[in-house]
Amino acid sequence: MMNAQGRPTVGEPVTATAATYSGHRGLDHEEPLIFEIGRTDVTGVDLPDVDLHGDRLGGLLREEPIGLCGLSEPETVRHYVRLSQRNASIDANFYPLGSCTMKHNPRLNEKMARLAGFADLHPMQPQKTVQGALQLIAELARWLKELTGMAAVAMTPKAGAHGELCGILAIRAALDARGEKRTRILAPESAHGTNPATAALCGFTVESIRANEDGRVDLAALHAALGPDVAGVMLTNPNTCGLFERDIVAIAEAVHAAGAYFYCDGANFNAIVGRVKPGALGIDAMHINLHKTFSTPHGGGGPGAGPVVFSERLACFAPLPLFVEDANGFHLIEDIESAQAAGAQPLGRMCAFHGQMGMYVRALTYMLSHGADGLRQVAEDAVLSANYLLASLKDVMSAPFEGPCMHEALFDDEFLKNTGVTTLDFAKRLIDEGYHPMTIYFPLVVHGAMLIEPTETESKATLDGFIAVMRKMADEARAGNVEVFRAAPVLTPRRRLDETQAARKPVLRWKPETP
Amino acid sequence: MEERFSKSHEWVHLDGDVATVGITKYAADQLGDFVFVELPQAGKTLKEGAEAAVVESVKAASEIYAPLSGEVSESNAALSSDPAKVNVDPEGEAWFFKLKVSDRSALQNLMTRDQYTEYVKGL
Amino acid sequence: MRYLPLTPDDRSAMLKTIGVGSIDELFRDVPKAVQGAQFDLPPHAGEMEVERILTRMASRNVAAGSSAFFCGAGAYRHHVPASVDHLIQRSEFLTSYTPYQPEIAQGTLQVLFEFQTQVALITGMEVANASMYDGSTATAEAVLMAHRITGRDRAVLSGSLHPHYAETVRTMAGLAGEIVTGPVLPGAVEDFTSLIDDKTSSVVVQNPDVFGTVRDLRPLADAAHAKGALLIVVVTEAVSLGLVQPPGAMGADIVAGEGQSFGNGLNFGGPYVGLFAAREKYLRQMPGRLAGQTVDVEGRRGFVLTLSAREQHIRREKATSNICTNSGLCALVFSIHLSLLGEKGLRQLAKLNHARAIELAERLTRIKGVELVTPAFFNEFTLKLPKPAVAVADALADRGVIAGVSALRLYPNEPALDRHLIVAATETNTAEDIDAYARALEQVLA
Repeated sequence: MMNAQGRPTVGEPVTATAATYSGHRGLDHEEPLIFEIGRTDVTGVDLPDVDLHGDRLGGLLREEPIGLCGLSEPETVRHYVRLSQRNASIDANFYPLGSCTMKHNPRLNEKMARLAGFADLHPMQPQKTVQGALQLIAELARWLKELTGMAAVAMTPKAGAHGELCGILAIRAALDARGEKRTRILAPESAHGTNPATAALCGFTVESIRANEDGRVDLAALHAALGPDVAGVMLTNPNTCGLFERDIVAIAEAVHAAGAYFYCDGANFNAIVGRVKPGALGIDAMHINLHKTFSTPHGGGGPGAGPVVFSERLACFAPLPLFVEDANGFHLIEDIESAQAAGAQPLGRMCAFHGQMGMYVRALTYMLSHGADGLRQVAEDAVLSANYLLASLKDVMSAPFEGPCMHEALFDDEFLKNTGVTTLDFAKRLIDEGYHPMTIYFPLVVHGAMLIEPTETESKATLDGFIAVMRKMADEARAGNVEVFRAAPVLTPRRRLDETQAARKPVLRWKPETP
Repeated sequence: MEERFSKSHEWVHLDGDVATVGITKYAADQLGDFVFVELPQAGKTLKEGAEAAVVESVKAASEIYAPLSGEVSESNAALSSDPAKVNVDPEGEAWFFKLKVSDRSALQNLMTRDQYTEYVKGL
Repeated sequence: MRYLPLTPDDRSAMLKTIGVGSIDELFRDVPKAVQGAQFDLPPHAGEMEVERILTRMASRNVAAGSSAFFCGAGAYRHHVPASVDHLIQRSEFLTSYTPYQPEIAQGTLQVLFEFQTQVALITGMEVANASMYDGSTATAEAVLMAHRITGRDRAVLSGSLHPHYAETVRTMAGLAGEIVTGPVLPGAVEDFTSLIDDKTSSVVVQNPDVFGTVRDLRPLADAAHAKGALLIVVVTEAVSLGLVQPPGAMGADIVAGEGQSFGNGLNFGGPYVGLFAAREKYLRQMPGRLAGQTVDVEGRRGFVLTLSAREQHIRREKATSNICTNSGLCALVFSIHLSLLGEKGLRQLAKLNHARAIELAERLTRIKGVELVTPAFFNEFTLKLPKPAVAVADALADRGVIAGVSALRLYPNEPALDRHLIVAATETNTAEDIDAYARALEQVLA
């Protein structure tokens, strides 16, 4: 199923706010591109001069100008500080972006990741010089296996979607080992787009399973679709509607009875961590987004980390490198033959080196800080906060499914019907109120979706403030005050941007003006 | 000339054995501002229901299916350079491709304009 | 618990508003049998305790900076200006997400636009995306992209492509077609002509290659193009682009690179930042995010994520890739460091690296029995030693010299490479480091 749900992207202009000579507005600065303020003969790094007495480049010296502009250090700092001031962030804003888990990022994690003993290690230096790093990876692996109740973990996938790929490749390898050619993967309509994209990348056809009126997988539809050509089922649990799949154990049994494997998208593990071991639900593989559940920073869109836990059935197919411990310490197994000698059948290698070490340090720091009891409290507070929002808003907004929800609350645009206000307008209006909007138009199974994930790191006062604003906005929409929604946001460095022009005539890089 | 519509929102004008195919105004309005159109090459043989073209708007993508079987005789190159035409005149100037139809009788499986109008009301 | 703001009173009040008596009622959809799991894990701990545990682990490692350090092979130790780490710890960069709401993400979007421009400039290509996970996964994506463009499904990999990259390509793209690998010839440029046929979608070659050899790619580009195949050039040491002819000037159609060298620490292998650039005509087949320039309703310049109808959240099973994220913060690091360097600094840095490597190669090859295998190189070269390289490197480590990466560790199935050592020198190496290396090597070989 494709996302064929179009939506407006352009708002309506209102009179511009007071003009200034500089173009700046108070603390909000207009900031040109590096290429407009930098110069090719300026550098902010002092390096010793060196004379090359002849190069050894085999005649391939680069002589033509590159066109790269440089800035001194003060100019660089100002450029990036000004740019940073044009971003919303968890540190400064309530950021209830559903399915993304924008929780507080503890600064101890950052401090630990910067210890020279972790940050200044080369991936290929002799293994006897990195025993502490290998120990850290082994310890994180132990936590992940214990928290999920699974047999093994592939540490290296670099993000959630990369973890999905690793999981589906493991299923593929297991089927090959069984000598079976199965061609179909089943995924519910509400799945993240990465699920069908991943299955297709692994050569499977993807079949969508419809949801029932409770927003869960329709068990009868699943049974009907299962067959000897089904390789696996990909299911997010809690699902993208923020609901726990009540029938998950029955689903797992049906999947296994059909000879298929059960992949769980663990993007929403934060709702059940410390309370439920997914292994007990019958899953065979699940990726864990360290940047969601375990608080590694989102960084404006990565880097993430997506280790994958495996059941006994898939454990031996985990990719290289393998991390092992014996009487002499920790070792990496980096090639297929050695892995096979150790009894494994690795599916291959997901990336160069050993994965996202910087993220491992942060995630383990987070886990050690919380402990088993704290992680349970994380899940409970996340679920409590989401249900609090749901209960406090459902009379003025419209919730498509009966509660309780898990870690996020889903609304549709039924409450905006006939108001002239769209989900997009509602989200943009929220920006003027100082909030980052919720996830909109996802999941696709409800119309004009608004998915709100407060996380466990928001205070009750913050939630109450947000609820009050949302209630006023819902009233305002119903009162027919359409213009203020369609014009929003008006208090931001930029108003609504013309995405149509951007896509019709792509300008993807700066170019010098041609005279 | 006969006019028919498909459930996946393509329109067909059949003139002799040449079918001109485009997307309906309803579909164009649903998808928003078009930014990209991918058209089939002339000479390509399409089976009824096969994916023939793709349209993209900013936040959506949709396949255009062949409402009848046949061989592509021409694509509307003007759409590639100016996809906005599909928003302006979807049921006229912004046709997508022409098919040399192999079986005219299949036209009877498609809807008339009145039937299509009723169908859209129910969506 | 210091990270959780809700108090017991808050929780009671919230449960009351929801209309349930306990938190357990909110978990009622979860089967009872699986709830209340027990964990063999410690309870929560304060900053001091946690810091103690991690510091102890860190102290069991030999940090690169504490030794004379010469490892490369896809990850390079460069100096990182102090302002880089300061700037990326700005809350607004560190704790924001993918710029889905452009009005409140202009900072990230402009950074990505500048990043894309810098990547295009240094690689000599027309367009670049907003980054991939790392160089190895970018290479696999490049192969899949070439398959889409050419409608073919056979990729030819150079034997001197970093073996981890080759393995990643075989894993991620292996289901999409055949993958053929050329012979492993340290210091030489293999002849591809017999490997490229009319089913070949792409030829993948690394420059400088894993042994450090700088290659003239033009004959290869011609050979590939003559058969209708694309040339994919992999760059693992991006600093080389300050001194070596860029892939774009030598006929590359797609460039997949590792951007770690600019501003990103070694971090034991990750997170790094994948570079991805291509000719403009292949734009719509590119994987990953793209930032584009546009205007807002008041006509002011601004930036948005664009051409997203290629991507998985819209195209789903027909997307150009399953990639959902980029390597945002590492791309920012890359961009800040390159802004500080500018063209002048980049050229100086690259020259300095090359000079250090020449100095090191000359010094080490004066030792009896030590041979230079790679005649043309940038900041990394391969030595052939009179003894097995693994044992030599191990012995050198005991003398405080991390001497390089033994070729056998990368190519366990090539016993002929057992005496080859891949050695990198950067601006961080001092004359004393080079001296220490030479003296230690003399002792170990004696």
